[in-house]
Amino acid sequence: MNLILIAIGAALVNNVVLSQFLGLCPFIGVSRKVDTAAGMGGAVIFVITISSAVTNLIYSLVLEKLGITYLQTIVFILVIAALVQFVEMFLKKKIPSLYEALGVYLPLITTNCAVLGIALINVQKSYGFIASVINGFGTAVGFTIAIVIMAGIRERIEGNDIPESFRGTPIVLVTAGLMAMAFFGFSGLIK
Amino acid sequence: MNKVLERLYSGIIKENPTFVQMLGMCPTMAVTTSAINGLGMGLTTTVILILSNMMISALRRVIPDKVRIPAYIVVVASFVTIIQFLLEGFVPSLYDSLGIYIPLIVVNCIILGRAESYASRHSVVLSMFDGIGMGLGFTLGLTSIGIFRELFGNGTVFGWHIMPERYEPVTILILAPGAFFVLACLVAVQNKVRLSRKTGADGTDCKREQGCEGCSNTLCGGRKTMN
Repeated sequence: MNLILIAIGAALVNNVVLSQFLGLCPFIGVSRKVDTAAGMGGAVIFVITISSAVTNLIYSLVLEKLGITYLQTIVFILVIAALVQFVEMFLKKKIPSLYEALGVYLPLITTNCAVLGIALINVQKSYGFIASVINGFGTAVGFTIAIVIMAGIRERIEGNDIPESFRGTPIVLVTAGLMAMAFFGFSGLIK
Repeated sequence: MNKVLERLYSGIIKENPTFVQMLGMCPTMAVTTSAINGLGMGLTTTVILILSNMMISALRRVIPDKVRIPAYIVVVASFVTIIQFLLEGFVPSLYDSLGIYIPLIVVNCIILGRAESYASRHSVVLSMFDGIGMGLGFTLGLTSIGIFRELFGNGTVFGWHIMPERYEPVTILILAPGAFFVLACLVAVQNKVRLSRKTGADGTDCKREQGCEGCSNTLCGGRKTMN
């Protein structure tokens, strides 16, 4: 039950993009079309879930055992960068179809601050292994929901008559603001 | 001396990271709920930027070209960790209100951007002033956005009541949606300035055929490839 609450809380109530402002760059950069947005979302789900698991194991098995938890930021960022490279190589070799689908988006994820953010939040809230993975997965699903909805809206906005200076990024930010207001509706879901 | 002043001017005014280059948007939106948070975040980033710029510039002949990005990340992450502990020890109130966004300074693109584009090619002193300039520019951006949001969203500036008693605060400005709205207006103003300067000619200087993915020009928003 607790795990379900963590997942819902991560995906809807504390949505990464709309309430924590993590991962804004891909949210604005890759939300032009629904299918590319969904591709990015898939890649993010994949990477964040794996990185939550790996960083949690490293934190509890290595850093805590050796008493060097103060190195967490340095270790996490390097582990995530290496992990993305590794996942890319593994997929290319073993599951080429998935690699084709995620291809372009994988390297971009290294620079996504949501990945490091989730790893740090997991430590901060002292989640166990399963709770970390669930939290990572839920957060990434929340990111996917937000970016796909945004891409759907942007496809419609395209043909509209927008004031010239609001074209491009500003109208996307206004839309994101309205979405953030809509997502406030979920805040009553968990007490 | 001239070069030093030029660096400061370029960081604070001409290439201001917040208002001109639109870099580091995640912290900009997340911490500017009040002026003091914006100022704290800006100064923290400034200190890290100065230290990492100096260190990277000092090591620029030692770091092999192929592994420079991981090396820069380690340097930045080390300084972030040090500063994080200093804040926790000496300014616990700021540490609590900035929370997770302090370690996330590691992935702030301003810092890696300056390391890659300036500190890796220039002397230690110039890199230091580049860090000071860019950092103060970022601080200026964050603080002014923070003042704006706090003034209209809460009626205060740095905790002092400014607005008259009768003023009903627009609370949404200090909540998450307000950050998006304020930033949207900021980019729109910037677009307006840019458009009027170029008299409407948007230019077709985009050479990317595969679309906008991975393009650093978030301002363009795809207009250059579309038209």
